[in-house]
Amino acid sequence: MKLPGTGAIDCDVHIAMPPVKALLPFMSDYWQDQIVTRFIDRSSFAMTSYPPRSPLTGRADWREKSGASLPGSTPEHLRSQLLDPFGVDIAICHALHGGMALFNEDMGAEFCSAVNRWVAAEWLDREPRLRASILVHAQNPQLAVEEIERCAGDKRFVAVLLPVMGDSPLGRRIYWPIYEAAQKHGLSIAAHAGSTYRNPPTGVGWTSYQIEDYVSQSAAFQNLIVSFMAEGLFRKFPDITLVCLESGFTWMPTLLWRCAKTWRGVRAEVPWIDRNPAQIVRERVKLSLRPFDAPEDPAIIARIFEQIDCPEMLVFSTDYPHWQFDGEDALPDGLPSSLVGKILIDNPLAAFPRLREEKFDAPSLEKEAAP
Amino acid sequence: MPQRHVVAAAGEIAAGGRKLVNVAGREIGIFNVAGDYYALANRCPHEGGSLCEGFVTGIARSDGPNDYRMERKGEFLRCPWHGWEFDIRTGQSWCDPQSVRIRQFAVKVEHGEDLVKGPYVAETFEVKLDGDYLVIEV
Ligand code: FES
Repeated sequence: MKLPGTGAIDCDVHIAMPPVKALLPFMSDYWQDQIVTRFIDRSSFAMTSYPPRSPLTGRADWREKSGASLPGSTPEHLRSQLLDPFGVDIAICHALHGGMALFNEDMGAEFCSAVNRWVAAEWLDREPRLRASILVHAQNPQLAVEEIERCAGDKRFVAVLLPVMGDSPLGRRIYWPIYEAAQKHGLSIAAHAGSTYRNPPTGVGWTSYQIEDYVSQSAAFQNLIVSFMAEGLFRKFPDITLVCLESGFTWMPTLLWRCAKTWRGVRAEVPWIDRNPAQIVRERVKLSLRPFDAPEDPAIIARIFEQIDCPEMLVFSTDYPHWQFDGEDALPDGLPSSLVGKILIDNPLAAFPRLREEKFDAPSLEKEAAP
Repeated sequence: MPQRHVVAAAGEIAAGGRKLVNVAGREIGIFNVAGDYYALANRCPHEGGSLCEGFVTGIARSDGPNDYRMERKGEFLRCPWHGWEFDIRTGQSWCDPQSVRIRQFAVKVEHGEDLVKGPYVAETFEVKLDGDYLVIEV
């Protein structure tokens, strides 16, 4: 179904990662030299999760016929394919660049920093409706914190971006400096589908096909949420919101049930979880609308929302330019109409505190929806 | 009509100890928590496990990760089946105190002299005039 009006906040938008050449001006002299003289610039640094020609990576009508560039390569693409036609007021873009997965921590951090500078100069400066997450090299939390501190003054950065699968479960204490810095600056944690591929995406080893990799992301998000909760991160950082992007959400009811049930018997092991963990998840975790993994029967969809029992949980996302829907049907059919306004505007504002700091005009959605 | 059952001599259950009794076909655990007596049905409200045979312990509390405190030692019972924790004093579960609780019976300490005036049931032992006894109504 179409959006009921303008003013939506799209929480998961992808801009195509540039060739390394475009990032060089944003790097130090040393790294410019190294990247060029070592021929590192011939690599695309694309994440394995999104092979360029896979339908998941780009909707057919958003690709250029010539194939000269990837969808979402320029602010003009974004304006003409997403922001204008869908009446999006704010789009939060996430740069899934391979720099975050490099084994060389210094080079990885330099790439992340260059990507963030490039995002600010080439995108945020050129399109006022855009916001972004801060790309960090999480495997060296100290370098990640330095990058967060460097970007935090720019309020157009509204979150810290982490791939849902890092070297270790991301709730572990080794990563806490990242969360401390994020909380200090009112940044949310944006966990996006993807992996640094230090570990296989499934618990039993490496998979063969993209379908396995993509479907296993749901389990990774469940692991992440449970890791945040069990490690006591929600208690330690009371202002952090975990926003799961390209997560899917129809798996959430079973996660809530299983957490609540298991906690009852092993509570003493994690005494900082001082109430039903399902309630903690409902208060602290947001999930993005796309991909929408449910049958089209509105009764089934309504049932899932009843089971999640949290009208605040879902945030709007198109996942542009990934192929999650056709035409103008940015909202899945069967979405309970009472939730649409919350999903499009209220919940995204709750998910990213920095958006609330801005002077945000009264949502035009309501104006247009009124008779 | 509930009947009074003499289930133990008062000195028989030391502080921190327990005794399982069978009263009118029901298994009941009698606990001595620091001198106070409690009687609880030996049937876990979760799935019916023999709750009163579980560990008597405290309750782990915390103000955050890496902070561990064992509080109210000896006042909690952990079900041997799935580990749910119950407050011996109130019968309430820790995880869901409002809706999950163990059936409790009032325990009174009564003097033998008063008891023999009856009516009472003492299935397993003889009541002496000069002793103190634990009595529950079932
Ligand atoms: S039967 Fe007691 S916890 Fe399950």
